[in-house]
Amino acid sequence: MEEIIKVEHVDAGYGKTVVLRDVNFCVKRGEVFVLLGGSGCGKSTMMKHIIGLNPVLAGSIKIADLEMNRKNKSAIRRKIGVMYQSGALFGSMTVLENVLLPLEEFSKMKKPERIDKAMYLLESVSMADAADKMPADLSGGMKKRAAIARAMALDPEILFLDEPSAGLDPITSYALDNLILKLRDEMKTTFVVVTHELPSIFTIADRCAMFDKSRKAMIALGSPKELRDESEDSFVREFFNRGKF
Amino acid sequence: MKKGILYQIGKRTVDFINGLQETCAFVGEICCRTFEVVFMPKRFRFGDMMLALERAGSNGVAINALVGFLLGVILAFQSATSLQMFGVEVYVADLMAIGLFRELGPIVTAILLAGRSGSAFAAEIGTMKVDEELDALETMDLPPVRFLVLPRIVAAMIAMPLLTIICELAGLIGGALVLKMMNIPLSVYWNHVADSSTVFMILLGLAKAVVFGLVIAIVGCGAGMRTRNTADGVGVAATKAVVGGILSVVILDGIIAVICYIFNV
Ligand SMILES: Nc1ncnc2c1ncn2[C@@H]1O[C@H](COP(=O)(O)OP(=O)(O)O)[C@@H](O)[C@H]1O
Ligand SMILES: [Mg+2]
Repeated sequence: MEEIIKVEHVDAGYGKTVVLRDVNFCVKRGEVFVLLGGSGCGKSTMMKHIIGLNPVLAGSIKIADLEMNRKNKSAIRRKIGVMYQSGALFGSMTVLENVLLPLEEFSKMKKPERIDKAMYLLESVSMADAADKMPADLSGGMKKRAAIARAMALDPEILFLDEPSAGLDPITSYALDNLILKLRDEMKTTFVVVTHELPSIFTIADRCAMFDKSRKAMIALGSPKELRDESEDSFVREFFNRGKF
Repeated sequence: MKKGILYQIGKRTVDFINGLQETCAFVGEICCRTFEVVFMPKRFRFGDMMLALERAGSNGVAINALVGFLLGVILAFQSATSLQMFGVEVYVADLMAIGLFRELGPIVTAILLAGRSGSAFAAEIGTMKVDEELDALETMDLPPVRFLVLPRIVAAMIAMPLLTIICELAGLIGGALVLKMMNIPLSVYWNHVADSSTVFMILLGLAKAVVFGLVIAIVGCGAGMRTRNTADGVGVAATKAVVGGILSVVILDGIIAVICYIFNV
């Protein structure tokens, strides 16, 4: 399968602070790739490098064979959708307007079509009844779901989700996992998901990368089952064994 | 930790140069986005501009009128007591007209706008930065400058001259009130005001107001965009916006005064 994201010898961090050293992995087209690890180990940092918000300290990242630079930036960003850890909905707009925004700016659809599409997206994350609310009036989980709808608006090839199920009730979280799998299977969307929830990892992850804060490194790469049964690292094995149902 | 004086000087210098560099980049980006919007007016966020205009403009009418009025009263009263000694207190009218139209109207309005809107711009954009909303715009390929900064700049540039006119008129009314109490007929007052003010002078004042609006909005938005993700980040940005805005406006006013002097206008 084609490798849609290539991360090669990347040092992740901010300015002079190194958070992760020499990270190597690639994400294949159409798979769900999970980034996992303890809080503060650099998952969000890694994600921000991949989507080109912060420059890497060393190494290179390619998306669809395009290096992230001034010239390619727009081309890459049309291919991706991002849901941030805090949701990052625009506070001055309603939920519906938030989802409509990318459609207004980039799609050639007419207004009724755009609204239909936005409502369809909100329904798929079961947020349709909150369409006219302001973000400030939503709970954390609702913000995230609305943000997922916004990230999906332009049918991106790759969806980045930063802790989508943190703060969600198990039922919504289950529905979200199903939505991810459905999009992967029907739309061939590639997913990069940051999550801690073991049940969720075993349901959605085709492969995952695990980071460790104290070692400042990627300590495991593979499918959840491989890591559970075959990892050389006892910490990794134990972590995944908690997920044996 | 207290470091040596050389270290302090060096650090301040480096910070200053970095700040200058960032400001240049920011202004450069604003220019690029302005070009983009001029050629593709549809990309201008008109609704956001109207919202910012409402907050910076109409919501500031009352305070501007009040401050202008009080300024007029004080100015007229103070100068009248001096001029009275020579029996020429009617010339207060000339002084009021020239002072308000040329200098005080624009600069006082600018200081008010920096306090009300410069800080608000910084706080609004700063909060968005802390909440990752700027990152979201960036990854949606929607340039924050076009989205957040341009509408605010345009709003400030429209609001400033209008608020300045209100401030000036209120000031003249305040002056009229004082002179009325000193038994100078209103018709004489207004005649003196009309005689001593020229269209050029009024336009110069309004042009300055527009430029001040531009500067305050750029400083305010710039401070917002550079907000740090710390507990006091947004507060610091708002303070920087007010102090930086007022300082730039005063310096700019000085420069304009010198240029006017050189060209004798
Ligand atoms: N803007 C920043 N500047 C400097 N350091 C940061 C910044 N954001 C996060 N960090 C640090 O980077 C490390 C990784 O953070 P992050 O990637 O957010 O962790 P997580 O895995 O929980 O998403 C943390 O130690 C954090 O303190
Ligand atoms: Mg995180």
